[in-house]
Amino acid sequence: MTAVTRSRSGVSAADLRRLFRDRPIIPLIALLAGLVALSELARPGIVSPEWAGVILRTAVPLAILAGCQTLTMLTAGIDLSVGAVASMTGFLVATLVGNVGLGPAIAIALAAAGLAGIATGVGVGVFRVHPLIMTLGMSLVVLGLANVWQLQMVQTGAGVPAEFRTLGSGTQLGIAPNSLLVFVPLAVVILIGLRRTGFGRLLYALGDNPVAARLSGARGWQVLIVLYVISALLAAVAGFLISGLTNTASVTLADSYVLPSVAAAVIGGTSILGGRGGYGGTIVGALILTVVSSLLSSLGYPEAVRQILFGAIIVVVAAAYTRVTSET
Amino acid sequence: MSAVAAARRLPVGDLVAGWARHNAWTLSLIGFFVLLLIFTRMIQPSYGVTGVQGLAISVLPLALAAVAQAVVVISGGIDLSIGSMMALTSVVSATLMKDQSGEFGFLVVLAVLGLGLVLGAINGGLVVLTRVPDIVVTLAMSFVWAGAALLVLRTPGGGSADWLRELILGSVGNEWIPRAAVALVLVVAVVWLPLRRSVLGLSLYAIGSDRLAAFRSGIPVGRTKIAAYTVTGLFSALAGLSLTASTGIGTPVPGPYTLQSVAAVVLGGVSLAGGRGGVFGPLVAVVILQLIRTDMTFLKVNTNFATVAQGIILVGVVMVGSLIQIRRSRS
Repeated sequence: MTAVTRSRSGVSAADLRRLFRDRPIIPLIALLAGLVALSELARPGIVSPEWAGVILRTAVPLAILAGCQTLTMLTAGIDLSVGAVASMTGFLVATLVGNVGLGPAIAIALAAAGLAGIATGVGVGVFRVHPLIMTLGMSLVVLGLANVWQLQMVQTGAGVPAEFRTLGSGTQLGIAPNSLLVFVPLAVVILIGLRRTGFGRLLYALGDNPVAARLSGARGWQVLIVLYVISALLAAVAGFLISGLTNTASVTLADSYVLPSVAAAVIGGTSILGGRGGYGGTIVGALILTVVSSLLSSLGYPEAVRQILFGAIIVVVAAAYTRVTSET
Repeated sequence: MSAVAAARRLPVGDLVAGWARHNAWTLSLIGFFVLLLIFTRMIQPSYGVTGVQGLAISVLPLALAAVAQAVVVISGGIDLSIGSMMALTSVVSATLMKDQSGEFGFLVVLAVLGLGLVLGAINGGLVVLTRVPDIVVTLAMSFVWAGAALLVLRTPGGGSADWLRELILGSVGNEWIPRAAVALVLVVAVVWLPLRRSVLGLSLYAIGSDRLAAFRSGIPVGRTKIAAYTVTGLFSALAGLSLTASTGIGTPVPGPYTLQSVAAVVLGGVSLAGGRGGVFGPLVAVVILQLIRTDMTFLKVNTNFATVAQGIILVGVVMVGSLIQIRRSRS
């Protein structure tokens, strides 16, 4: 019965489904366009170049952090330490810049993030600790150390460097946010890195079938260490931008980004079970989340309703993905 | 008669040994806890009745959250919405109980427990129906429940029935036995022990250790999974009620309980892969973590180093555990 209906009317439906499965970014972009149209309908005149600029500026740090989740999720991992690492680096630079200058301050912050990444990578890759636990523990360690540092630095005071403010919240002609200068090259590197380099393919291989990857000669632990270092460095860059965007430096600044960053990667079609997904979808996912929350706040919905709809959207989109990708 | 007695007598030693081997992790945790108590007493001779009572009250919410997490992790899932469910059940109970009689408060407690069951069942139902990984569904639902909590109560407020507060204050019989600890152990034992001995309990472990094998042995995997999440919802509601009872108000913003409960479950000897462990290990782990925190304040260690220590302990214990496992699988 179902087979008959499918064969008669379902040729196009099956094609559509195949299209969605192979190019999940198309329905995602359609969803994004729909949300933008909905914003315009709900508040006529709101969609403008300036509005787009604000959306982009807000979405960039989220998209970078979601990049950490995408990369780690490809290997069936997750990185819950991005919030702590991003806050820590933003805070480090803000407290150090007065004493050592901007360049060295950034270098120190990146080095600190890199150390955290190495530790996480060793834990996950060599000691086979579950990534959820390893990154959770690492975020506690980083948060605690950042707090200790905060007590040391309390006399000298802290200030977000002007360069970060320009980069994080400034715009060109009031429209194009400066943070795109950082984000676009990063995104291109990640996109090409995942598709065209051996390292990128190794991530997919490890996530898809770790045993097969090992048997074909991949050294999983080395890949994982490099992966978590990259993830921590990306988080550091996001931390710089967030501190510039909000003009604050605090050791818990980026914590609220952690769960949305996982959500953006999931909406973007990256499977948390590993081996499937990509960064293009994640970027669209971050944009979708940003547009949704801007739409809801422009409609004057309270935070509560926003959160509820946020959660509902994640479930619905993830369920749609599972449905489309599981039926062959 | 004597044959029966002999048959009965013989395996007792084996049974005890088997039981000890089976619960080795929990038993060593308890041993460590006792050592830690002695150590605490040594560095702070004034640590006594009030200290133990404070300890029992302060661990209550996280301990119940850890039990909630343990149930679902044993069944092979994970619930990232526990903190939000606690916030929701806590504000609902605090709003309803404010300025009401004790009898009405009793009804409220029953209703909130029912609410917890419903929330958990929704989580589980969505996981089973959508076939989306547990971690994603419960992450999304954590937003939903937290939003609902904000809808109920925008700022911390409400109240708690007096008897609920008194339930966890003070001690029972001997002053060294805090009422909060008794309440905790009783509640967990009353729900968990019968559950574990039932068919459902066995099914929980079965779907956690091998889903496919469980399915082929005729276990209704979907229904068991929903049941696991429902029990988790019940314990989350209990944790939420304990928040209301210990603070006297409801707070709509979820505390750090979700991720801490995951940590406690792992430290308590439950495998994140599912099918292994129990709920008493996580309970003891929570108490140990809190006592370490207390000891660090006694030793005048910077509290931020206590956070670092917590992270290192978490990672370190898991590392040792997985090293042992790697060794075992090699030999």
